Amino acid sequence: MLNYDIVIIGGGPAGMAAALRAKECGVDSILILERAETLGGILEQCIHTGFGLQYFGEELSGPEYASRFIDLVNKEKIEYKTDTMALEITQDNKVYAVNKKDGLLEIQAKAIILAMGCRERPRGALNIAGTRASGIMSAGTAQKYVNIDGYMPGKKVVILGSGDIGLIMARRMTLEGAKVECVCELMPYSSGLTRNIVQCLDDFGIPLYLSTTVIDIHGKDRVTGVTIASVDENRRPIPGTERLIECDTLLLSVGLIPENELTRAVGIGLDSVTNGAVVDEYRETDHEGVFACGNVLHVHDLVDFVTLESQTAGEGAAKYVLGKKQKGAQVTTKGTGMVRYIVPQKINLNNEGDVKLYFRVGNTARNATVKVKYGGEEIISRKRPRLAPGEMESVVIKNEMLKSFSDGGVLEITVEV
Amino acid sequence: MTRNITCVTCPMGCSVTVEISDSGEIISVSGNTCKRGEEYAKNEITHPQRSLATTLRVEGGIYNVVPCKSAGPLPKEKIFECMEAVNSTCVNAPVKLGDVLVKNICGTGVDIVATNHCPRKG
Repeated sequence: MLNYDIVIIGGGPAGMAAALRAKECGVDSILILERAETLGGILEQCIHTGFGLQYFGEELSGPEYASRFIDLVNKEKIEYKTDTMALEITQDNKVYAVNKKDGLLEIQAKAIILAMGCRERPRGALNIAGTRASGIMSAGTAQKYVNIDGYMPGKKVVILGSGDIGLIMARRMTLEGAKVECVCELMPYSSGLTRNIVQCLDDFGIPLYLSTTVIDIHGKDRVTGVTIASVDENRRPIPGTERLIECDTLLLSVGLIPENELTRAVGIGLDSVTNGAVVDEYRETDHEGVFACGNVLHVHDLVDFVTLESQTAGEGAAKYVLGKKQKGAQVTTKGTGMVRYIVPQKINLNNEGDVKLYFRVGNTARNATVKVKYGGEEIISRKRPRLAPGEMESVVIKNEMLKSFSDGGVLEITVEV
Repeated sequence: MTRNITCVTCPMGCSVTVEISDSGEIISVSGNTCKRGEEYAKNEITHPQRSLATTLRVEGGIYNVVPCKSAGPLPKEKIFECMEAVNSTCVNAPVKLGDVLVKNICGTGVDIVATNHCPRKG
Protein backbone atom coordinates (compact mmCIF):
# COMPACT_ATOMS: atom_id res chain seq x y z
CA MET A 1 0.00 0.00 0.00
CA LEU A 2 1.16 3.53 -0.81
CA ASN A 3 0.90 6.37 1.68
CA TYR A 4 0.45 10.06 0.84
CA ASP A 5 -0.66 13.04 2.87
CA ILE A 6 -2.88 14.30 0.05
CA VAL A 7 -4.20 12.35 -2.92
CA ILE A 8 -5.80 14.46 -5.65
CA ILE A 9 -8.18 12.82 -8.10
CA GLY A 10 -7.96 14.65 -11.41
CA GLY A 11 -5.00 16.44 -13.01
CA GLY A 12 -6.86 19.24 -14.75
CA PRO A 13 -6.73 22.90 -13.71
CA ALA A 14 -8.49 22.14 -10.41
CA GLY A 15 -6.24 19.27 -9.36
CA MET A 16 -3.03 21.06 -10.33
CA ALA A 17 -3.92 24.33 -8.57
CA ALA A 18 -4.96 22.44 -5.43
CA ALA A 19 -1.71 20.45 -5.44
CA LEU A 20 0.46 23.53 -5.89
CA ARG A 21 -1.23 25.45 -3.08
CA ALA A 22 -1.11 22.46 -0.72
CA LYS A 23 2.63 22.20 -1.40
CA GLU A 24 3.05 25.93 -0.79
CA CYS A 25 1.25 25.48 2.54
CA GLY A 26 3.85 22.97 3.69
CA VAL A 27 2.62 19.53 2.58
CA ASP A 28 5.22 17.63 0.52
CA SER A 29 3.63 14.22 0.18
CA ILE A 30 1.14 14.75 -2.64
CA LEU A 31 -0.01 12.46 -5.45
CA ILE A 32 -2.18 13.48 -8.41
CA LEU A 33 -4.11 10.75 -10.26
CA GLU A 34 -5.07 11.57 -13.85
CA ARG A 35 -7.23 9.43 -16.15
CA ALA A 36 -5.90 10.88 -19.43
CA GLU A 37 -2.41 10.45 -20.86
CA THR A 38 -1.30 13.96 -19.88
CA LEU A 39 -2.05 16.51 -17.17
CA GLY A 40 -4.19 19.46 -18.25
CA GLY A 41 -7.70 18.05 -18.35
CA ILE A 42 -10.22 19.47 -20.77
CA LEU A 43 -8.04 22.57 -21.35
CA GLU A 44 -5.91 20.51 -23.75
CA GLN A 45 -8.71 20.53 -26.34
CA CYS A 46 -9.91 24.09 -25.65
CA ILE A 47 -7.56 25.69 -28.15
CA HIS A 48 -9.47 28.99 -28.32
CA THR A 49 -8.19 31.93 -26.33
CA GLY A 50 -9.86 33.73 -23.45
CA PHE A 51 -8.38 31.80 -20.55
CA GLY A 52 -6.36 33.51 -17.85
CA LEU A 53 -7.59 37.10 -18.14
CA GLN A 54 -8.58 37.16 -14.47
CA TYR A 55 -5.75 35.05 -13.08
CA PHE A 56 -2.75 35.93 -15.27
CA GLY A 57 -4.01 39.23 -16.72
CA GLU A 58 -3.39 37.94 -20.24
CA GLU A 59 -5.38 36.05 -22.81
CA LEU A 60 -4.20 32.48 -23.19
CA SER A 61 -5.44 29.40 -25.02
CA GLY A 62 -6.48 26.36 -22.98
CA PRO A 63 -3.24 24.42 -23.56
CA GLU A 64 -1.16 27.51 -22.69
CA TYR A 65 -3.09 28.02 -19.45
CA ALA A 66 -2.66 24.33 -18.57
CA SER A 67 1.03 24.30 -19.45
CA ARG A 68 1.80 27.04 -16.93
CA PHE A 69 0.49 24.77 -14.19
CA ILE A 70 2.02 21.60 -15.65
CA ASP A 71 5.42 23.37 -15.65
CA LEU A 72 4.93 24.37 -11.99
CA VAL A 73 3.85 20.85 -10.99
CA ASN A 74 7.05 19.52 -12.59
CA LYS A 75 9.19 22.27 -11.07
CA GLU A 76 7.77 21.61 -7.60
CA LYS A 77 8.35 17.88 -8.17
CA ILE A 78 4.77 17.02 -7.30
CA GLU A 79 4.17 13.35 -8.06
CA TYR A 80 1.50 12.36 -10.54
CA LYS A 81 0.32 9.23 -12.32
CA THR A 82 -1.31 9.64 -15.74
CA ASP A 83 -3.38 6.99 -17.56
CA THR A 84 -4.62 6.16 -14.08
CA MET A 85 -8.26 5.72 -13.19
CA ALA A 86 -9.46 6.21 -9.62
CA LEU A 87 -12.02 3.50 -8.86
CA GLU A 88 -13.10 4.04 -5.30
CA ILE A 89 -12.55 6.09 -2.19
CA THR A 90 -13.26 4.50 1.16
CA GLN A 91 -14.67 5.60 4.52
CA ASP A 92 -11.12 5.75 5.94
CA ASN A 93 -9.78 7.82 3.03
CA LYS A 94 -8.08 5.12 1.01
CA VAL A 95 -8.08 5.48 -2.76
CA TYR A 96 -8.19 2.53 -5.12
CA ALA A 97 -6.91 3.26 -8.62
CA VAL A 98 -5.73 1.27 -11.60
CA ASN A 99 -3.30 1.71 -14.48
CA LYS A 100 -1.46 -0.53 -16.93
CA LYS A 101 1.95 -0.15 -15.30
CA ASP A 102 1.19 -0.54 -11.58
CA GLY A 103 -1.97 -2.61 -11.83
CA LEU A 104 -4.29 -2.03 -8.88
CA LEU A 105 -3.12 0.70 -6.52
CA GLU A 106 -4.17 0.98 -2.89
CA ILE A 107 -3.30 4.40 -1.54
CA GLN A 108 -3.86 5.56 2.03
CA ALA A 109 -4.39 9.33 2.14
CA LYS A 110 -4.77 11.68 5.08
CA ALA A 111 -6.77 14.03 2.87
CA ILE A 112 -8.34 13.55 -0.57
CA ILE A 113 -9.15 16.33 -3.00
CA LEU A 114 -11.85 15.53 -5.54
CA ALA A 115 -11.06 17.34 -8.81
CA MET A 116 -12.67 15.09 -11.41
CA GLY A 117 -14.37 17.83 -13.39
CA CYS A 118 -17.58 17.26 -15.29
CA ARG A 119 -18.86 15.59 -18.41
CA GLU A 120 -21.40 16.56 -21.02
CA ARG A 121 -25.04 15.58 -20.90
CA PRO A 122 -25.54 13.00 -23.64
CA ARG A 123 -28.41 12.55 -26.11
CA GLY A 124 -29.89 9.86 -23.88
CA ALA A 125 -30.55 12.44 -21.19
CA LEU A 126 -32.70 14.50 -23.57
CA ASN A 127 -35.07 11.93 -25.02
CA ILE A 128 -34.97 13.41 -28.52
CA ALA A 129 -37.05 11.29 -30.88
CA GLY A 130 -35.59 10.02 -34.12
CA THR A 131 -33.13 7.56 -35.55
CA ARG A 132 -29.77 6.48 -34.21
CA ALA A 133 -27.86 7.53 -37.30
CA SER A 134 -24.20 8.47 -37.00
CA GLY A 135 -23.36 12.15 -36.79
CA ILE A 136 -24.91 12.89 -33.39
CA MET A 137 -22.35 13.77 -30.74
CA SER A 138 -21.64 16.13 -27.90
CA ALA A 139 -19.93 19.40 -28.77
CA GLY A 140 -16.93 18.41 -26.64
CA THR A 141 -16.53 15.16 -28.56
CA ALA A 142 -16.48 17.11 -31.81
CA GLN A 143 -13.98 19.48 -30.20
CA LYS A 144 -11.66 16.57 -29.46
CA TYR A 145 -12.01 15.20 -33.02
CA VAL A 146 -11.14 18.57 -34.57
CA ASN A 147 -8.57 19.95 -32.15
CA ILE A 148 -6.67 16.87 -30.94
CA ASP A 149 -7.26 14.22 -33.59
CA GLY A 150 -7.29 16.66 -36.49
CA TYR A 151 -10.32 15.63 -38.47
CA MET A 152 -13.74 17.08 -39.13
CA PRO A 153 -16.80 15.15 -37.93
CA GLY A 154 -19.22 16.76 -40.41
CA LYS A 155 -19.91 19.37 -43.08
CA LYS A 156 -23.42 20.69 -42.40
CA VAL A 157 -24.06 21.19 -38.74
CA VAL A 158 -26.93 22.00 -36.39
CA ILE A 159 -26.04 22.72 -32.79
CA LEU A 160 -28.52 22.20 -29.97
CA GLY A 161 -27.72 24.24 -26.89
CA SER A 162 -26.06 27.63 -26.72
CA GLY A 163 -23.69 27.01 -23.84
CA ASP A 164 -20.13 28.18 -24.36
CA ILE A 165 -18.89 24.88 -25.80
CA GLY A 166 -21.68 24.91 -28.40
CA LEU A 167 -20.88 28.50 -29.38
CA ILE A 168 -17.13 27.86 -29.54
CA MET A 169 -17.70 24.80 -31.73
CA ALA A 170 -20.00 26.77 -34.06
CA ARG A 171 -17.04 29.05 -34.80
CA ARG A 172 -14.49 26.26 -34.91
CA MET A 173 -16.48 24.15 -37.39
CA THR A 174 -17.13 27.26 -39.53
CA LEU A 175 -13.43 28.18 -39.61
CA GLU A 176 -12.60 24.65 -40.77
CA GLY A 177 -15.06 24.93 -43.66
CA ALA A 178 -18.28 23.44 -42.30
CA LYS A 179 -21.61 25.22 -42.68
CA VAL A 180 -23.27 25.72 -39.32
CA GLU A 181 -26.97 26.07 -40.12
CA CYS A 182 -28.09 27.32 -36.74
CA VAL A 183 -27.78 27.07 -32.98
CA CYS A 184 -31.03 26.16 -31.19
CA GLU A 185 -31.61 27.07 -27.56
CA LEU A 186 -34.52 25.68 -25.55
CA MET A 187 -34.48 28.57 -23.09
CA PRO A 188 -35.46 32.15 -23.98
CA TYR A 189 -31.81 33.19 -23.29
CA SER A 190 -28.37 31.76 -24.00
CA SER A 191 -26.37 30.38 -21.12
CA GLY A 192 -23.15 31.26 -22.97
CA LEU A 193 -21.03 34.35 -22.43
CA THR A 194 -22.22 37.37 -24.43
CA ARG A 195 -18.77 37.71 -26.02
CA ASN A 196 -19.11 34.19 -27.42
CA ILE A 197 -22.46 34.96 -29.02
CA VAL A 198 -20.85 37.99 -30.66
CA GLN A 199 -17.54 36.49 -31.78
CA CYS A 200 -18.69 32.92 -32.50
CA LEU A 201 -22.15 33.44 -34.04
CA ASP A 202 -22.71 37.09 -35.08
CA ASP A 203 -19.27 37.33 -36.72
CA PHE A 204 -20.14 34.45 -39.05
CA GLY A 205 -23.85 35.18 -39.52
CA ILE A 206 -24.89 31.98 -37.72
CA PRO A 207 -28.49 32.33 -36.49
CA LEU A 208 -29.32 31.68 -32.83
CA TYR A 209 -32.90 30.50 -32.40
CA LEU A 210 -34.03 31.00 -28.79
CA SER A 211 -36.99 29.06 -27.31
CA THR A 212 -36.37 26.44 -29.99
CA THR A 213 -35.46 22.79 -29.77
CA VAL A 214 -34.79 19.72 -31.89
CA ILE A 215 -37.83 17.43 -31.86
CA ASP A 216 -36.79 14.81 -34.42
CA ILE A 217 -33.63 13.46 -36.01
CA HIS A 218 -33.72 11.97 -39.53
CA GLY A 219 -31.40 9.65 -41.46
CA LYS A 220 -30.77 5.93 -41.60
CA ASP A 221 -27.00 5.47 -41.58
CA ARG A 222 -25.98 9.11 -41.37
CA VAL A 223 -27.98 12.08 -40.11
CA THR A 224 -29.75 13.75 -43.04
CA GLY A 225 -31.58 16.44 -41.12
CA VAL A 226 -33.34 17.50 -37.94
CA THR A 227 -36.79 18.91 -37.27
CA ILE A 228 -36.74 21.95 -35.03
CA ALA A 229 -39.72 23.66 -33.39
CA SER A 230 -40.40 26.68 -31.22
CA VAL A 231 -41.35 25.97 -27.61
CA ASP A 232 -43.87 27.67 -25.32
CA GLU A 233 -43.17 29.03 -21.84
CA ASN A 234 -43.38 25.48 -20.46
CA ARG A 235 -40.74 24.39 -22.99
CA ARG A 236 -43.26 22.29 -24.90
CA PRO A 237 -43.01 22.33 -28.73
CA ILE A 238 -45.65 24.53 -30.36
CA PRO A 239 -47.57 22.62 -33.10
CA GLY A 240 -47.27 24.27 -36.50
CA THR A 241 -43.79 25.73 -35.88
CA GLU A 242 -41.88 22.63 -37.04
CA ARG A 243 -39.14 23.16 -39.62
CA LEU A 244 -36.87 20.62 -41.31
CA ILE A 245 -33.21 21.60 -41.47
CA GLU A 246 -30.91 19.50 -43.62
CA CYS A 247 -27.63 18.60 -41.95
CA ASP A 248 -25.22 15.70 -41.55
CA THR A 249 -24.22 16.45 -37.96
CA LEU A 250 -26.02 17.37 -34.76
CA LEU A 251 -23.85 18.67 -31.94
CA LEU A 252 -25.27 18.69 -28.43
CA SER A 253 -24.17 21.35 -25.98
CA VAL A 254 -26.88 20.85 -23.41
CA GLY A 255 -25.22 21.10 -20.07
CA LEU A 256 -22.52 19.60 -17.94
CA ILE A 257 -22.81 17.10 -15.12
CA PRO A 258 -20.17 17.02 -12.36
CA GLU A 259 -18.59 13.55 -12.33
CA ASN A 260 -19.48 12.56 -8.80
CA GLU A 261 -19.68 8.77 -8.99
CA LEU A 262 -16.83 8.33 -6.48
CA THR A 263 -18.29 11.02 -4.25
CA ARG A 264 -21.74 9.47 -4.23
CA ALA A 265 -20.46 5.93 -3.69
CA VAL A 266 -18.74 6.85 -0.42
CA GLY A 267 -21.86 8.62 0.79
CA ILE A 268 -20.75 12.25 0.62
CA GLY A 269 -23.70 14.66 0.74
CA LEU A 270 -24.51 16.35 -2.57
CA ASP A 271 -26.32 19.61 -3.32
CA SER A 272 -29.36 18.88 -5.48
CA VAL A 273 -28.86 22.09 -7.51
CA THR A 274 -25.09 22.00 -8.17
CA ASN A 275 -24.92 18.18 -8.33
CA GLY A 276 -21.65 18.64 -6.46
CA ALA A 277 -20.75 18.06 -2.84
CA VAL A 278 -21.98 20.24 0.00
CA VAL A 279 -18.83 21.99 1.25
CA ASP A 280 -17.54 24.51 3.77
CA GLU A 281 -15.46 27.59 2.95
CA TYR A 282 -12.31 25.45 2.47
CA ARG A 283 -14.33 23.15 0.19
CA GLU A 284 -14.29 20.29 2.71
CA THR A 285 -17.22 17.93 2.21
CA ASP A 286 -19.25 16.33 5.01
CA HIS A 287 -16.76 13.43 4.87
CA GLU A 288 -13.85 14.49 7.07
CA GLY A 289 -10.64 15.03 5.13
CA VAL A 290 -12.28 14.91 1.70
CA PHE A 291 -12.31 18.17 -0.23
CA ALA A 292 -13.78 19.04 -3.65
CA CYS A 293 -13.04 21.83 -6.12
CA GLY A 294 -13.50 22.90 -9.72
CA ASN A 295 -16.21 21.61 -12.01
CA VAL A 296 -16.83 18.50 -9.92
CA LEU A 297 -18.10 20.84 -7.22
CA HIS A 298 -20.12 23.17 -9.43
CA VAL A 299 -19.83 24.04 -13.11
CA HIS A 300 -17.73 27.17 -13.62
CA ASP A 301 -17.79 29.44 -16.66
CA LEU A 302 -14.17 30.58 -16.29
CA VAL A 303 -11.18 28.38 -15.53
CA ASP A 304 -9.65 31.29 -13.62
CA PHE A 305 -12.32 30.81 -10.94
CA VAL A 306 -11.61 27.06 -10.93
CA THR A 307 -7.98 27.87 -10.15
CA LEU A 308 -8.89 30.23 -7.31
CA GLU A 309 -11.38 27.82 -5.79
CA SER A 310 -8.93 24.93 -6.03
CA GLN A 311 -6.23 26.94 -4.27
CA THR A 312 -8.71 27.38 -1.42
CA ALA A 313 -9.30 23.62 -1.35
CA GLY A 314 -5.55 22.92 -1.50
CA GLU A 315 -4.98 25.28 1.41
CA GLY A 316 -7.84 23.64 3.34
CA ALA A 317 -6.49 20.14 2.74
CA ALA A 318 -3.01 21.24 3.86
CA LYS A 319 -4.44 22.81 7.02
CA TYR A 320 -6.33 19.59 7.67
CA VAL A 321 -3.22 17.43 7.24
CA LEU A 322 -1.18 19.76 9.47
CA GLY A 323 -3.89 19.70 12.14
CA LYS A 324 -4.67 23.39 11.74
CA LYS A 325 -8.24 23.13 10.48
CA GLN A 326 -10.65 23.18 13.39
CA LYS A 327 -14.33 22.58 13.13
CA GLY A 328 -16.75 24.40 15.35
CA ALA A 329 -19.63 26.79 15.04
CA GLN A 330 -21.01 27.07 11.51
CA VAL A 331 -23.58 29.01 9.56
CA THR A 332 -25.26 27.74 6.41
CA THR A 333 -25.83 29.74 3.23
CA LYS A 334 -29.12 29.85 1.37
CA GLY A 335 -30.00 31.33 -2.00
CA THR A 336 -33.55 32.63 -2.33
CA GLY A 337 -35.59 34.09 -5.17
CA MET A 338 -33.46 34.32 -8.30
CA VAL A 339 -30.38 32.86 -6.59
CA ARG A 340 -30.20 29.19 -7.62
CA TYR A 341 -27.26 28.12 -5.52
CA ILE A 342 -24.38 29.30 -3.36
CA VAL A 343 -20.95 27.69 -2.86
CA PRO A 344 -19.85 27.16 -0.11
CA GLN A 345 -23.00 25.92 1.59
CA LYS A 346 -21.43 26.13 5.07
CA ILE A 347 -19.00 28.56 6.73
CA ASN A 348 -16.94 27.86 9.84
CA LEU A 349 -17.11 30.88 12.13
CA ASN A 350 -13.59 30.36 13.50
CA ASN A 351 -12.19 31.09 10.02
CA GLU A 352 -9.48 33.75 10.22
CA GLY A 353 -10.06 35.38 6.85
CA ASP A 354 -12.80 36.82 4.67
CA VAL A 355 -15.02 34.35 2.84
CA LYS A 356 -16.07 34.74 -0.77
CA LEU A 357 -19.46 33.30 -1.66
CA TYR A 358 -20.00 32.29 -5.29
CA PHE A 359 -23.53 32.11 -6.63
CA ARG A 360 -25.55 31.80 -9.78
CA VAL A 361 -28.90 33.30 -10.73
CA GLY A 362 -31.70 31.52 -12.61
CA ASN A 363 -32.75 34.41 -14.84
CA THR A 364 -31.28 37.43 -16.53
CA ALA A 365 -31.80 40.75 -14.78
CA ARG A 366 -30.82 44.36 -15.32
CA ASN A 367 -30.07 46.97 -12.65
CA ALA A 368 -30.48 44.43 -9.91
CA THR A 369 -29.43 44.61 -6.27
CA VAL A 370 -27.72 41.67 -4.63
CA LYS A 371 -28.63 41.53 -0.94
CA VAL A 372 -27.04 39.46 1.78
CA LYS A 373 -29.16 38.93 4.87
CA TYR A 374 -28.36 37.37 8.22
CA GLY A 375 -31.25 36.39 10.46
CA GLY A 376 -33.53 38.26 8.07
CA GLU A 377 -31.56 41.51 8.41
CA GLU A 378 -29.81 43.05 5.43
CA ILE A 379 -26.04 43.22 5.98
CA ILE A 380 -24.71 43.78 2.44
CA SER A 381 -26.29 45.42 -0.59
CA ARG A 382 -24.50 45.60 -3.96
CA LYS A 383 -25.75 47.01 -7.28
CA ARG A 384 -25.22 44.88 -10.38
CA PRO A 385 -25.97 46.39 -13.79
CA ARG A 386 -26.47 42.94 -15.31
CA LEU A 387 -26.98 39.42 -13.99
CA ALA A 388 -27.10 36.33 -16.20
CA PRO A 389 -27.35 32.59 -15.48
CA GLY A 390 -24.18 32.01 -17.52
CA GLU A 391 -22.05 34.34 -15.46
CA MET A 392 -21.06 33.42 -11.92
CA GLU A 393 -21.36 36.17 -9.31
CA SER A 394 -19.62 36.56 -5.99
CA VAL A 395 -19.88 38.53 -2.78
CA VAL A 396 -17.32 38.76 0.02
CA ILE A 397 -18.25 38.29 3.68
CA LYS A 398 -15.71 40.20 5.74
CA ASN A 399 -14.19 38.40 8.70
CA GLU A 400 -15.52 40.91 11.24
CA MET A 401 -18.99 40.24 9.89
CA LEU A 402 -18.41 36.49 10.22
CA LYS A 403 -17.42 36.99 13.86
CA SER A 404 -20.81 38.53 14.62
CA PHE A 405 -22.69 35.40 13.46
CA SER A 406 -23.63 32.54 15.76
CA ASP A 407 -23.75 28.77 15.38
CA GLY A 408 -26.66 27.47 13.32
CA GLY A 409 -27.38 30.84 11.71
CA VAL A 410 -28.51 31.24 8.10
CA LEU A 411 -26.85 33.59 5.64
CA GLU A 412 -29.19 34.39 2.78
CA ILE A 413 -28.40 35.85 -0.64
CA THR A 414 -31.23 37.25 -2.68
CA VAL A 415 -31.61 39.50 -5.72
CA GLU A 416 -34.02 42.40 -5.96
CA VAL A 417 -34.89 43.87 -9.34
CA MET B 1 -25.45 58.14 -35.14
CA THR B 2 -24.58 55.67 -32.41
CA ARG B 3 -23.52 52.04 -32.60
CA ASN B 4 -23.84 49.51 -29.79
CA ILE B 5 -20.98 47.05 -29.63
CA THR B 6 -20.42 44.13 -27.29
CA CYS B 7 -16.75 44.19 -26.39
CA VAL B 8 -15.20 40.74 -26.86
CA THR B 9 -11.78 41.61 -25.43
CA CYS B 10 -12.47 39.67 -22.24
CA PRO B 11 -15.29 37.52 -20.82
CA MET B 12 -16.92 40.56 -19.15
CA GLY B 13 -18.62 41.34 -22.47
CA CYS B 14 -19.25 45.04 -21.75
CA SER B 15 -21.91 46.79 -23.79
CA VAL B 16 -20.14 49.76 -25.38
CA THR B 17 -21.82 52.67 -27.18
CA VAL B 18 -19.88 54.56 -29.84
CA GLU B 19 -21.14 57.94 -31.05
CA ILE B 20 -20.19 58.64 -34.67
CA SER B 21 -20.50 61.96 -36.51
CA ASP B 22 -22.04 62.27 -40.00
CA SER B 23 -18.55 62.37 -41.49
CA GLY B 24 -17.69 59.06 -39.79
CA GLU B 25 -15.53 60.49 -36.99
CA ILE B 26 -15.76 58.86 -33.56
CA ILE B 27 -17.12 61.44 -31.13
CA SER B 28 -17.35 59.41 -27.93
CA VAL B 29 -17.07 55.92 -26.49
CA SER B 30 -19.07 54.98 -23.38
CA GLY B 31 -20.11 51.91 -21.41
CA ASN B 32 -16.67 50.30 -21.41
CA THR B 33 -15.11 49.46 -18.04
CA CYS B 34 -11.46 49.47 -19.14
CA LYS B 35 -9.13 51.07 -21.70
CA ARG B 36 -9.02 47.97 -23.84
CA GLY B 37 -12.78 48.26 -24.30
CA GLU B 38 -12.39 51.76 -25.71
CA GLU B 39 -9.69 50.60 -28.11
CA TYR B 40 -11.75 47.60 -29.18
CA ALA B 41 -14.83 49.72 -29.86
CA LYS B 42 -12.82 52.26 -31.91
CA ASN B 43 -11.18 49.50 -33.95
CA GLU B 44 -14.55 47.84 -34.47
CA ILE B 45 -15.74 51.01 -36.27
CA THR B 46 -12.58 51.72 -38.27
CA HIS B 47 -10.90 48.34 -38.91
CA PRO B 48 -12.35 45.33 -37.05
CA GLN B 49 -9.80 42.81 -35.83
CA ARG B 50 -9.98 39.27 -34.47
CA SER B 51 -7.49 36.82 -33.05
CA LEU B 52 -7.37 33.41 -34.64
CA ALA B 53 -7.00 30.10 -32.80
CA THR B 54 -6.83 26.94 -34.87
CA THR B 55 -4.69 23.84 -35.44
CA LEU B 56 -1.87 23.08 -37.85
CA ARG B 57 -0.88 19.67 -39.26
CA VAL B 58 2.15 17.96 -37.75
CA GLU B 59 4.18 15.18 -39.36
CA GLY B 60 5.62 12.53 -37.03
CA GLY B 61 4.14 13.85 -33.78
CA ILE B 62 2.16 12.10 -31.05
CA TYR B 63 -0.85 14.01 -32.39
CA ASN B 64 -1.86 14.78 -35.99
CA VAL B 65 -2.24 18.48 -35.26
CA VAL B 66 -0.82 21.08 -32.89
CA PRO B 67 -2.95 23.97 -31.62
CA CYS B 68 -1.80 27.44 -32.63
CA LYS B 69 -2.90 31.07 -32.55
CA SER B 70 -2.16 34.38 -34.15
CA ALA B 71 0.40 36.21 -32.00
CA GLY B 72 -1.76 39.35 -32.34
CA PRO B 73 -5.10 40.35 -33.82
CA LEU B 74 -5.65 39.95 -37.57
CA PRO B 75 -7.87 42.05 -39.83
CA LYS B 76 -11.30 40.44 -39.52
CA GLU B 77 -11.79 40.22 -43.29
CA LYS B 78 -8.59 38.18 -43.63
CA ILE B 79 -9.54 35.42 -41.16
CA PHE B 80 -10.61 32.86 -43.79
CA GLU B 81 -7.59 33.63 -45.98
CA CYS B 82 -5.36 33.02 -42.95
CA MET B 83 -7.21 29.76 -42.20
CA GLU B 84 -6.44 28.57 -45.74
CA ALA B 85 -2.78 29.45 -45.34
CA VAL B 86 -2.57 27.60 -42.00
CA ASN B 87 -4.36 24.55 -43.40
CA SER B 88 -1.98 24.33 -46.34
CA THR B 89 1.04 24.26 -43.99
CA CYS B 90 2.53 21.21 -42.29
CA VAL B 91 5.39 21.17 -39.78
CA ASN B 92 7.61 18.36 -38.51
CA ALA B 93 7.55 17.21 -34.89
CA PRO B 94 8.75 18.06 -32.34
CA VAL B 95 6.88 21.33 -31.90
CA LYS B 96 7.37 23.39 -28.76
CA LEU B 97 4.84 25.79 -27.23
CA GLY B 98 5.69 29.27 -28.57
CA ASP B 99 7.37 28.04 -31.79
CA VAL B 100 6.61 30.28 -34.77
CA LEU B 101 4.83 28.00 -37.25
CA VAL B 102 3.95 30.53 -39.98
CA LYS B 103 5.81 33.83 -40.21
CA ASN B 104 3.90 36.95 -41.25
CA ILE B 105 0.72 35.15 -42.21
CA CYS B 106 -0.86 36.50 -45.43
CA GLY B 107 1.30 39.60 -45.21
CA THR B 108 -0.40 40.82 -42.05
CA GLY B 109 2.85 41.11 -40.11
CA VAL B 110 1.45 38.67 -37.53
CA ASP B 111 2.99 35.24 -36.83
CA ILE B 112 1.15 32.01 -36.12
CA VAL B 113 2.62 30.43 -32.98
CA ALA B 114 2.15 27.01 -31.39
CA THR B 115 0.09 26.98 -28.19
CA ASN B 116 1.06 23.50 -27.04
CA HIS B 117 3.89 21.01 -27.29
CA CYS B 118 3.76 18.15 -29.78
CA PRO B 119 6.57 15.70 -29.07
CA ARG B 120 7.87 13.27 -31.69
CA LYS B 121 6.09 9.94 -31.83
CA GLY B 122 7.89 6.94 -30.31
